[in-house]
Amino acid sequence: MPDDAIRCDACPVLCYIKPGRLGACDRYGNRDGQLVRVDPHVVLDRALERGTSIVPFLGREQDWDGNIVGSPQTFVTAIGAGTTYPDYKPAPFIISSEIADVDMVTVVTEGIFSYCGVKVKIDTDRHLGPECNLVRAQGEPVGHVTTSEYGSQMLSLGGVRHLTGGSRQEGTVTCDTLLNLCNGKPVELSVDEGPTVVVQAGKPPVIDNISEERMRVGCGSATIGMFAKQWFGKVDDVVVVDDHITGVLSEHQAGKLLGVPETGIKIRGRRSTPGRYFQVAEPGTAWGGTNIEDPLTILQPFKPRSAWPGLRLLMVSTTGEHHAYFELDEELRPVARELPPELRESVARIKENCEPAMCSVIFMGGAGGSLRAGVTENPVRLTNSVRDALTRVTCGGAPVYIWPGGGITFMVDVSRMPENAFGYVPTPALVAPIEFTLKLQDYADLGGYMDHVRPLSSVVPDDGRRHISARSENPWPLSASKPNQS
Amino acid sequence: MNHRAQIRLLPDGRRLHLHDGPIDIVLEAFGEAEEIDQAYRAAAHRFTTVLDELCAELPNLRAPAGPYAPQLIGPVAKRMAAAVAPYADRWFITPMAAVAGAVAEEILAAMTNAADLDRAYVNDGGDIALHLKRGRFVAGMIDNPEAGSLFGAALLESTQPVRGIATSGWRGRSFSLGIADAVTVLADRAAMADAAATIIANAVDLPNHPNIVRVPARELAPDNDLGDRLVTQAVGPLTSHEVSRALDAGVTTATTLLTEGLIRAAALHLCGQTRMVGGPLQLNAQEKISADRGLVHA
Repeated sequence: MPDDAIRCDACPVLCYIKPGRLGACDRYGNRDGQLVRVDPHVVLDRALERGTSIVPFLGREQDWDGNIVGSPQTFVTAIGAGTTYPDYKPAPFIISSEIADVDMVTVVTEGIFSYCGVKVKIDTDRHLGPECNLVRAQGEPVGHVTTSEYGSQMLSLGGVRHLTGGSRQEGTVTCDTLLNLCNGKPVELSVDEGPTVVVQAGKPPVIDNISEERMRVGCGSATIGMFAKQWFGKVDDVVVVDDHITGVLSEHQAGKLLGVPETGIKIRGRRSTPGRYFQVAEPGTAWGGTNIEDPLTILQPFKPRSAWPGLRLLMVSTTGEHHAYFELDEELRPVARELPPELRESVARIKENCEPAMCSVIFMGGAGGSLRAGVTENPVRLTNSVRDALTRVTCGGAPVYIWPGGGITFMVDVSRMPENAFGYVPTPALVAPIEFTLKLQDYADLGGYMDHVRPLSSVVPDDGRRHISARSENPWPLSASKPNQS
Repeated sequence: MNHRAQIRLLPDGRRLHLHDGPIDIVLEAFGEAEEIDQAYRAAAHRFTTVLDELCAELPNLRAPAGPYAPQLIGPVAKRMAAAVAPYADRWFITPMAAVAGAVAEEILAAMTNAADLDRAYVNDGGDIALHLKRGRFVAGMIDNPEAGSLFGAALLESTQPVRGIATSGWRGRSFSLGIADAVTVLADRAAMADAAATIIANAVDLPNHPNIVRVPARELAPDNDLGDRLVTQAVGPLTSHEVSRALDAGVTTATTLLTEGLIRAAALHLCGQTRMVGGPLQLNAQEKISADRGLVHA
């Protein structure tokens, strides 16, 4: 026997299983030398299909009285709740006695959250591509650029159209992308007419091979407001370059209040209010989220009427990452000089006041269809129960936000979920844990599978369970606070 | 009788689910209620020893087929050996290539011996044995299960010889030497279909293509019957020309098997392209049939 493999004795096949691999059944695996029941593909409604039924909620020992207030010390998440169905072949065949009554078999083994995707928030001022442009992974379209938010760019990835509405390859790559993002792994994305971004939940974005460090401190105008006092007297004018609003100290209200003299500086761009300019350049990945490589290109020549030789000019981006210092020569041409020590501090402070740039990944999925049938014989009652806040929904034990309106469409921050909580089926669709927690009586009332309810004590000793610590930032799923909201 | 086997009626009250170790079967019989009952009892009874029988001669089942193959004893093992024998002189194959189909056949045989059924299917993880005394089955081909659109269908009449369906591909649970996403085969028996699907899926290939990740089977599963042979673990981007070339290779093999009577039809899928070989399968793109009713959506 190869020494790194272990022998599984769960059945007479007695598979030798390598570390990180599964046996022939896809149910038992070798995790770090331990034989564990891994069930990496969690298929909730499969549980019903297989006649085993999931455990929708669990009592403490044998005497849970049905009160959520009881706060049992163990909460069973849906991860691994259902085992994999027999087979993961694409199984293009279904059989039926009548074509309209296709009821079978290999097909119903697949597809869980095909209505799902992730919303990605990327903290950056850099231009990630025009709104609505396609976001690709491995060349396949997996989503699109959506709105810009404060200091960040949102991407919307996945969704049923990419998962199952396009080519097989598109679906597979989309599923893979979502799976990796949700499981906290890095994914390289490219935006049409935009850069390549490596996105990983909780990590800084890497844009065109450069790791983004910080969010901008504010827009260019806000930066002027924040730092005007610190610049006053040390420099004659300051331009804060920003893709949104570029600020100019001498014209800005903050400069006026301090009595900063006019310099006659002229910015190329559309003036909004004094000292505030829109569209000084095209969006890009250089200075302040613009395409500016040389900041002097946004300045028009200085005029002798108000400017003077020796005028000191600081140009800086909203993150402090880009900066340049100039003094005007006799012909009033800006000449680059080393940044004086007294200004170095203010540039450093801009940087210091920028929060670390991060990618956040929010999974969004809908449990509107038959998934509910794994919980109750009368699915709409579950929806109503969630809506009436009688049933709490969690995702791998993490709190979710449930959208108002029909169905059970929820969002969850994947970084609050246990490791590798997501799986997939080759439909392709994502498999995410979802738990419904409610009072025993309410469960009976909504048509639950009462004969499948098991006390917690009967579940915990099973060696197939992965025991994980609760995350301290998450409310305990069974705690007494009002259910259903994060 | 072993204590591992799980046998239960699915919640729809019609289908029987059998599970033991790596075997998962969903079956259904059609006919008189009493006959169905008899058939299900027979299936359950037969099922309880199948895995133990196979495991008793597992090393021999993993040995390559051919003139030097060890003698096999059990009835399922014999079905496996018979199904792979026609390929042994041309390709590497072991009886394991037909295990799922052979198990399905064995269970179906137990059912039809015990009861008079109109129709029945035994689906062993996608490899399906059919009983068709009267009436017909409609086998729908679904490219994308979630979208629920049938893009092709095969009408299987009792007067036609097809009694087995199997699917093979590198994404499946068994290893594949080829790159097909799925090769589905119709044959006279399930074990035949199973072996043929394996052979054809192996033939859908682009040897030495840099975008295809292949790993010796032994590194993934030390006791696998494929030993040091390279099995497909990932298929990177392929041009449509390359997809076409890989499918051509599979079609050539499938056509050979068709003329030898080993299969009745095959559908080969790779990266969104599909090829059909043989009679009963018909592409039917105009008449996309919504199969939503039978599908499970989250």
